[in-house]
Amino acid sequence: MAGILAAAAYVPFFKIERAEMGRAWGIPSLPGERAVANSDEDSITMAVEAGLLALQGRSPEQIDILYFATTTPPYAERQCAPIIAAALDLPHQTVTADFTGTTRAATLALKAALDAVQSGAARQAMVVAADMRPGEPQTTWEQLMGDAGAAVIVAAQAPATIRAFTSLTGAPLGPWRRPQDRFVRSFDARVETEYGYVRTTVEAAKGALEKAGVSPQEVSRAVLYTPDFRSPLEVAHRLGLERRQLQDPLMMTVGNAGAAHVLLVLAAALEEAQAGEQLLVANYGDGADAFVVTLEGEVQRPPDRPTLAQLLALRRSLPNYGAYAALRNLAGREGPKASASPVTYWRDVAMELRWHGARCRACGLIQFPIPRVCRSCGARDQLDEMPLSHRGTIYTFTLDHLYAGEYLDTPVPRVVVDLEGGGRVFLEMTDCDPKEVRWGMEVETTFRCLHEWGGYHNYYWRARPLRIHMPRR
Amino acid sequence: MAGIRDRVAIIGVGCTKFGELWEKDQEDLLVEAAHEALEDAGLSPQDIDAIWVSTFYDFTGQSGGTATEPLALFGKPATRVENFCASGMDAFRNACFAVAAGAYDIVLVCGVEKLLDQGSRGLPTAAFHPSFLAASAPGIFALAASRAFYQWGWTKEDLARVAVKNHRNGAAHPKAHFRRPVTMEDVLNAPMIAWPLGRLDCCAVSDGAAAVVITRPEIAKDTRHKDDYVLVKANALAVESIQPYYRSGYDWLGFPATRAAAKMAYEEAGIRHPRKEISFAEVHDCFTSTELFNIGDLFLVDDPKDAPKFVADGLADIEGEVPINPSGGLKCFGHPIGATGCRMIYEVTKQLQGRADGLQVRNPRLGLAHNLGGPGAVASVTILARRD
Repeated sequence: MAGILAAAAYVPFFKIERAEMGRAWGIPSLPGERAVANSDEDSITMAVEAGLLALQGRSPEQIDILYFATTTPPYAERQCAPIIAAALDLPHQTVTADFTGTTRAATLALKAALDAVQSGAARQAMVVAADMRPGEPQTTWEQLMGDAGAAVIVAAQAPATIRAFTSLTGAPLGPWRRPQDRFVRSFDARVETEYGYVRTTVEAAKGALEKAGVSPQEVSRAVLYTPDFRSPLEVAHRLGLERRQLQDPLMMTVGNAGAAHVLLVLAAALEEAQAGEQLLVANYGDGADAFVVTLEGEVQRPPDRPTLAQLLALRRSLPNYGAYAALRNLAGREGPKASASPVTYWRDVAMELRWHGARCRACGLIQFPIPRVCRSCGARDQLDEMPLSHRGTIYTFTLDHLYAGEYLDTPVPRVVVDLEGGGRVFLEMTDCDPKEVRWGMEVETTFRCLHEWGGYHNYYWRARPLRIHMPRR
Repeated sequence: MAGIRDRVAIIGVGCTKFGELWEKDQEDLLVEAAHEALEDAGLSPQDIDAIWVSTFYDFTGQSGGTATEPLALFGKPATRVENFCASGMDAFRNACFAVAAGAYDIVLVCGVEKLLDQGSRGLPTAAFHPSFLAASAPGIFALAASRAFYQWGWTKEDLARVAVKNHRNGAAHPKAHFRRPVTMEDVLNAPMIAWPLGRLDCCAVSDGAAAVVITRPEIAKDTRHKDDYVLVKANALAVESIQPYYRSGYDWLGFPATRAAAKMAYEEAGIRHPRKEISFAEVHDCFTSTELFNIGDLFLVDDPKDAPKFVADGLADIEGEVPINPSGGLKCFGHPIGATGCRMIYEVTKQLQGRADGLQVRNPRLGLAHNLGGPGAVASVTILARRD
């Protein structure tokens, strides 16, 4: 049966204790911490991280569809999925679409992906979801939200089958954001919780369980959309689920990851679940989606990829609210301005997004950027484009204090990296303590937004200490 | 290659005070340097047949008009040269070829850069690709210094000794930007710019201009400096990869462009043992570590990793075996990019003539000037000697 072949989660390196946020504003704080995207991360880059992890050990050639789900697309006009598809090095023929406008976007994308593989229209379809919902400063929203990404690959035959997909469309009651709004807006949360979230989610979940012929007692794990700490418990109660049946909603460690939340928690559940388990998944947002996942086997995870629990342990706490405000640029600081040409960007997409170099047919040297004339033997136009490894070793480096104004970490480590299997590149490092940078240090590439020169997002790769074990290729 | 040995003579040099010259623009600087050189040669502006002018940044000046306009020398052939930080010496090289070829009799070479109008916080970046290259100048050269720390065991102290030596020299030079001696502690405690380079390991952002008047030796014999004009013994340029970051296998231990240019220049000048034959050198110490690499790349030590010992032993001091940067170098003059190469020719010429503005090298015979540009990518080496 159709279902999930692979799943992966991505959570940013930085976290902030909610107590720091409460302290900064003199308001009560929620318990735990939330994940905070670095200043060079956005929903596209987090989707790429999760997508690369899900693809580990798999051929991108099998992926016929890529759907991207988010409520925070970095572009209002310009589809995001093709950028993600290129960074994942998916084939040019991949069908892409963005699902947005609601936190339910990921399960709506999943439904479309399932329909496609079930109908035979696609061999494998990938859904990547990532979100960094802007919570208004000095409110609970700011503490509740957490930035994260998740990805699943679905196929007609898969170990985690998806059954009884049930969808309900909802009335306009939940949170909203107009184009001119900087932060998520909402009405009195109690109204939405009862008439929106709880009632709609329960109805959809009940429908799915009935359709699948699964009793509440048979549910081993319930993966619920979690807008806050308390209301999922009410959903569970009305569904006849006990608290122990609830999968950790990751509110103490990540926060509400918006459109990515349910896939994130599902990815965590699939890491722990064993064959024979029945999972209930329910998502919410302008309606609700619910389905049952039956584990006919286990969803395989490459051995060197960290589990979500391990990923959460690879972290750094922001020292204070100021550091968080700097990452989100709440002060509205203007960074260095320079021009950039969309044409240059477009022309070099194979290098910038796909992370391709070239190998000289005459002398074998792997080179980046891709030249016309081999920089070693001088052969012309004999360079075959090829994917570069996402892992390498630092040959030399500096810690540059100039032009560092945009980053949390000053200085900026700039590193010359010898990639595994060949090719030498020059990258900036991110998500690291500059003091730990050393010659010979193992690093991996991470997809980031470098700057906004030219008024568009300049996505490219940075290096970080080998941490998440990105694919070698 | 036939070369231009002994076919070009320097008959006049000029140089402005270098520094943060807020009240002057490129026109002031260029006029002051060029007129000083012409006065030194005993010539008037109208005697000039052609001009080569160097500026690196377009905001300082584009086209030969950068020189003809302020000098009010309309209708003359004038060309702007840009070749990274070696622009000044490459303008000199191109002008030398014109003179050696007999195309012109009297040629003015001048270089100028007006950096401070853009602010003093490092060089304005000119990233030519929005993704692949965005490093500061210290960040680029630090990549090499860093590797030498790892592979050769160089230390911050090794770098600091270069700064102390050059500041000792520069303190005596009336045209230098910085005229204050510094101590090892000053250098070691300076704020970090790009590890391992601290603020006093870096040359400053400065304004300035320099100019040189050249002709053929047979004409020089009838000029004011007929007894002490300076002959060009060699001038070589080498351009290596301008994207060394991406060169697989590049060891980052020195700059191959300098080695290539030095070999060409030594051959042209007939120099076999540079350390024995070169009396002194003005080298491109954009950073203290770069001076150490230059000492190796110019073959002044047998093993390039021993350059710090050469400096520590005092061999690069004004009284040493091969005084390096008797002017104080870029460390004390700063680096108004288009001007630096011409400023080096100015300094070496005056040293050879025994009329150095600052500390005078004792009885120099052959003087070397070395200008390095980009990420160690463009190197120019000039060797000069006083007429016999």
